[in-house]
Amino acid sequence: MKRSSPFRLGLAAIALVIPAALVLIVVFLIQYAWPAIFYNGIRFVGTIDWNLGNLYANPVIRHGVEVPLNANYGILAFIVGTLFSSFLAILFALPVAVGTAIFLAEAVPARFRGALSMLVELVAVVPSVVFGLWGIYVLAPLIAHYIGPGITAILGFIPFFDIHRSTGSGFGLLAAAIVLALMITPIIATTLYDALLQVPRELRESAMALGATRFEMVIKTALPTVRVTLIGGVVLGLGRALGETMAVLMVSGGALNYLPDTIFTPITTMAAFILSQLDSAFQDPTGMAVKSLAEIAIVLFIITLAVNAAARLLVRGAGLVRNV
Amino acid sequence: MRRRLVSRIGWVLCSCAFLLIAVPLLDLVLTVAIKGASAFSVKLFTTSSNGVTGGLLGAIVGTTVLSLGALIFAVPVGVGAGLYLSEYGHNRLGAVIRFLSDTLTGIPSIVLGYFSYITMVIGLGWKFSVLAGSITLAIMIVPYLARITELSLQRVPVAMREAAYALGAKERTVAFRIVLAAGRPGVITGVLLSLAISVGETAPLIQTAGWSNYLWTGKLTHEPIGYLTYVIWTFINQPNAQSHALAFAAAFLVMLFVLAINIGVRIVLRRPH
Repeated sequence: MKRSSPFRLGLAAIALVIPAALVLIVVFLIQYAWPAIFYNGIRFVGTIDWNLGNLYANPVIRHGVEVPLNANYGILAFIVGTLFSSFLAILFALPVAVGTAIFLAEAVPARFRGALSMLVELVAVVPSVVFGLWGIYVLAPLIAHYIGPGITAILGFIPFFDIHRSTGSGFGLLAAAIVLALMITPIIATTLYDALLQVPRELRESAMALGATRFEMVIKTALPTVRVTLIGGVVLGLGRALGETMAVLMVSGGALNYLPDTIFTPITTMAAFILSQLDSAFQDPTGMAVKSLAEIAIVLFIITLAVNAAARLLVRGAGLVRNV
Repeated sequence: MRRRLVSRIGWVLCSCAFLLIAVPLLDLVLTVAIKGASAFSVKLFTTSSNGVTGGLLGAIVGTTVLSLGALIFAVPVGVGAGLYLSEYGHNRLGAVIRFLSDTLTGIPSIVLGYFSYITMVIGLGWKFSVLAGSITLAIMIVPYLARITELSLQRVPVAMREAAYALGAKERTVAFRIVLAAGRPGVITGVLLSLAISVGETAPLIQTAGWSNYLWTGKLTHEPIGYLTYVIWTFINQPNAQSHALAFAAAFLVMLFVLAINIGVRIVLRRPH
């Protein structure tokens, strides 16, 4: 074993700043939210009632902690909003991303490929607040006047797809899901595109030699070999969608304390709620509201951690890690 | 015959899928570009906003200060960590750092922002400030920088390191003069991409940097600062047309910047060295 030089130790110390930051984040969030975790218990994720309580009456002591009168912190509606919008986004994004990746990798002549894939990659760096801006200005009116009535005309006999049972403003679950889908489709598409380009030539040629058409070759031979990478890409996109704040905050309509009963109903996600409620939570003199928001951050952290870990294991397992 | 037809339909569906994603994205870029560019004027770059109208000078300065501030904290740590991972990180410690760094990348920015809010804004009593905002952005971009640096340094041929050691070079000389010098395009790419992330970030800044209509006076703490992405978020919700124009102008500026960085990255990577 070679003795470590001071230089090497110094670099290691710098590198350790990253794990230290992560540990600090976890420790401080839990330490700060501890009274809220203790007070809220299971009601936190089990009720849909987020109520700051009476901030003008004297605080009461419950379970040994000081809270405003009648305060209850239940985030079930936000958990449902988060999962529902992300799930819908994946539902929209997956077929589009698969089609786009196949189109770019297999149908487009190689010399146009660079330009088109650059367009898709460029989107990955468009700030989410710009997506939100487009959502407010273009998408929400489009849903209110064309997409919404269109869906209602076809599927309106199912109450869930009837725009007349909602405010009809265009802001809501569908808008959030579409914006999220636009943001994650390029992630899934580029992951799959890179994998498709690496499918061995022999496989393709064998399929073609057996008389398959080019499309059959892609669907039945190339696509199955990159299946695991595709799942990894989807989960990666899911991780992004779950934690997305600005774009969702801008188009989701900001619901409080009710579950969506149509696809056009306003919703709120955990990430958007943390940001939008920071000001009003700060009015609580006992500090329990701000601490409960910290608890939301912890729940969100745990969910995204699990999703990202799953994605990384899957993508690494496939041996296709996209670099830079 | 039927199989040929199915294949034909399949290709049509695939191109439809491409259009389905390309058209909205193109519309997004064009809408922002057209509405943003038409709001450009000299006044936009020379005055600060006064609440709902005015110019963007304060926000442009603020975005610049916050992003460069983030780089000051993040580049030494990120590049240093990347250097460690690439040169000496093939052990258990390296694997742990790599794993936790990837974990940090996956944390939603709103969670990071909340952490900074309770520790720096409230805990340390800095209030909404440049320092809190910059450090938050730095925490966000450090893991990216570390991994991009590591990947680009790993591509430097081992023979170059061996040649330098054979000439009697010290570890430090090899790391800085040989490996970092040879991997410089990759490192610059990482720095530019982190800059793009910082400039486009919104949520954690709302929690840490606050918002101010005035020009930054140079105070690091106890003074909120404006930035472009905040303008996009709030001004589009104002009822008057001037505010909307400002929001689009800010969005266009941010997109131009991100686009410039992307082109810059391609130039850096393509240049023979």
